[in-house]
Amino acid sequence: MISRDYDDVPGTYVLDSRSYRKGYHLNMFCMSLNKAECREEFARDEMAYLQKFPMTDEQRQAVLDRDYIRLLQLGANVYYTFKIVSHDRQPPQVMYGKMSSPPMSFEEFQEMMINGGRPIDGNRSKKESGNG
Amino acid sequence: MAKLVAGMGTSHVPGVGAAMDNGKTDEPYWAELFGGFAPLRAWHAENVPDVTIIVFNDHATSMALNHYSTFMMGVAESFQPADEGWGPRKVPVVEGHPELAWHLVESLILDEFDMAVTADFDVDHGLTVPMSIAYDQPDVWPTKVIPLCVNVIQHPQPTALRCYKLGQAIRRAVDSFPEDITVGIWGTGGLSHQLGGERAGVVNPDFDRMFLDNLVNDPVANTRLTHTDFIREAGAEGIEMIMWNVMRGALDEKVREVYRLYHIPVSATAYGAIILENE
Ligand SMILES: [Fe+2]
Repeated sequence: MISRDYDDVPGTYVLDSRSYRKGYHLNMFCMSLNKAECREEFARDEMAYLQKFPMTDEQRQAVLDRDYIRLLQLGANVYYTFKIVSHDRQPPQVMYGKMSSPPMSFEEFQEMMINGGRPIDGNRSKKESGNG
Repeated sequence: MAKLVAGMGTSHVPGVGAAMDNGKTDEPYWAELFGGFAPLRAWHAENVPDVTIIVFNDHATSMALNHYSTFMMGVAESFQPADEGWGPRKVPVVEGHPELAWHLVESLILDEFDMAVTADFDVDHGLTVPMSIAYDQPDVWPTKVIPLCVNVIQHPQPTALRCYKLGQAIRRAVDSFPEDITVGIWGTGGLSHQLGGERAGVVNPDFDRMFLDNLVNDPVANTRLTHTDFIREAGAEGIEMIMWNVMRGALDEKVREVYRLYHIPVSATAYGAIILENE
């Protein structure tokens, strides 16, 4: 696989041709939740609805678990997983906090942002952050 | 002839629209930001153009992985607020301006910018939140709108330079439109923010300040930023800032900065707004 210069940015998942192909059906499932009738069908039986999309079992399980960081690792993009957290009627900070390393609660994430956000210093490259 | 009068850059964070729609703008979390909107709204109240070109992006709403285009012009008579997953925002329908929109399409394509065209496009927070920021909660939006949708989600996005050049081509097109109308242009999205990944919540006020200062005095400097510069320094979603380059490219070389607003946080975002008038 062709490497990209942004692969060096820590904790970051860029929607490129690699994730596009890996996450296509997962993301299209997320996209379907824009429609009220699809949201209702998903709410009635999540697994049955997920079966309608040719996703991997691992991707389906990560949706059921609301394991957001795993979803990104499996090819999802955050604008798409946004549809799941909206469906759950939760503020997006719940999802941002769950994806963070280490994970944070809604309140912890909110407080980090109110205190000026996650600092860029130490988070620019894997070398700098020491979690390559 | 048509006259391009001014530009605005603004973030389009969905939370701002939700705060307004749910009557939460007096809450402590929002009060300072909405206080900062007051001078911006006062300027807009005095400076409503006949048509506003809004450079924005769709967020997996009307466009997705199955079909997307790099630059797309909305040529419809009107555009409905979209259902993005929690029901459509209860804001006015966005009225288009098909005549100028088609003039832009024709002029841009002949000028080597191959625009995609849509007459069927529901607009999401990327477009409606800037409208709410500028015009608050009217029954009817005071300006007609031409949506110009840019892909900023699927890599590779158009380059910062290409966006600036598109703005310059838009200016040539506006200048050649024979009707005596006033035209505004907005670039939306940003500023620094990252929503996905372990690094979610990263913001970079130094980078944002540099970008805003350059936008006023040295816009060409902002065209040298690479995709990876944005991703690394401004967060993966900070790349939306390329849409501000389209706005800036359409303005005069020398502009007057009328207003600037910067506030952290709005959701997981560094909020920024700027108003620039042609001299
Ligand atoms: Fe956006």
